[in-house]
Amino acid sequence: MIRRLSIIVAIVSFGLALASIVIGYTEQQAPRPLAKSYIRLVPQELGAPNVITGILLTYRAFDTLGEVAVLFMVAVSAGLVLGRERLPRNGPLADRVDEVRPSSEIVQTGTQVLVPLISIFAAYIIMNGHLTAGGGFQGGAVIASGVLLMLLAYPHYQPDPEFLSITESVAGALFILVGLAGLIAAGGFLDNRILPLGQFGAFFSAGAIPVLSALLGIKVGCELSVLLERFRP
Amino acid sequence: MISSIVLTTGLFLILIGLWGMLTHRNILRIIIGFSLMGTGTHIVIVAIGYVTNGTAPIIDQALSLSEAASRAVDPIPSALAVTAIVIGMAVTAVMLAYAIRLYESSKTLSIDAFTESKW
Repeated sequence: MIRRLSIIVAIVSFGLALASIVIGYTEQQAPRPLAKSYIRLVPQELGAPNVITGILLTYRAFDTLGEVAVLFMVAVSAGLVLGRERLPRNGPLADRVDEVRPSSEIVQTGTQVLVPLISIFAAYIIMNGHLTAGGGFQGGAVIASGVLLMLLAYPHYQPDPEFLSITESVAGALFILVGLAGLIAAGGFLDNRILPLGQFGAFFSAGAIPVLSALLGIKVGCELSVLLERFRP
Repeated sequence: MISSIVLTTGLFLILIGLWGMLTHRNILRIIIGFSLMGTGTHIVIVAIGYVTNGTAPIIDQALSLSEAASRAVDPIPSALAVTAIVIGMAVTAVMLAYAIRLYESSKTLSIDAFTESKW
């Protein structure tokens, strides 16, 4: 009873605090100065039509690097928590999944049709991050959704964890190397102007942003795939 | 106008998530409540970046370079939301991993079974 009452008090007081935010909120009529300068500078200085990608991969690319580090730590800690000593992990994979009912024909055929399409779509999202909505994180998540579909449709399917970790580490190292190249050849760490900016709006443009986007997509896709693999029984 | 509707929705989602976390005793439901709170926060972040009559800050035929500064929404909250979504997913993954371990150790997902760390 006391617990229920305290929950109600907590919810109501939190709700009142949030309601004061709604009451005091007024919609912005024009972008703030910082937003304005980003909107002006990203197409001019970086040559990227998508302002958000320009912010994520150049102006705040250090943030993105930290975020990639967080993802790496999550993959490691999930591996630590769901480590090999886990009870059902004993025995080869075939024994563990043999009791599982195989997925139906519809799911298997659907997977065969969809996984290549999902992979192509992921590549499209990653490589067009500087032109339209998209980028490395989003495309990497799409890659991982393809891996998840494979894991659901074929319980025996096992992505090679060694290949995934090596690819991921190489992509991460190259990301940092591109950043260091910016330190030498351009204005600072992770500056995208180490490569020619090219024609505004073209596929090969915006300097190193497509390269960084591709590396990020590969890294995120591999990391999420490893994470999914860890979660299976 | 639009953004205050979105803002209210996001804040409601935060409240629903908090309510779910406080009332449920099943660890998976607590994790779902936490994810709802996170999603609500993302919606709030995106909503406060909205500029009246703004559009996505992507320069193309629909949004020329000259009018971008007056017609585009604030790009910084959108960039932060991308970051927040990835981190939210990561935190959820770690919580689920711990939930699996807790289930293995005591064969139940009720949080009442784990009293060792209760103060």
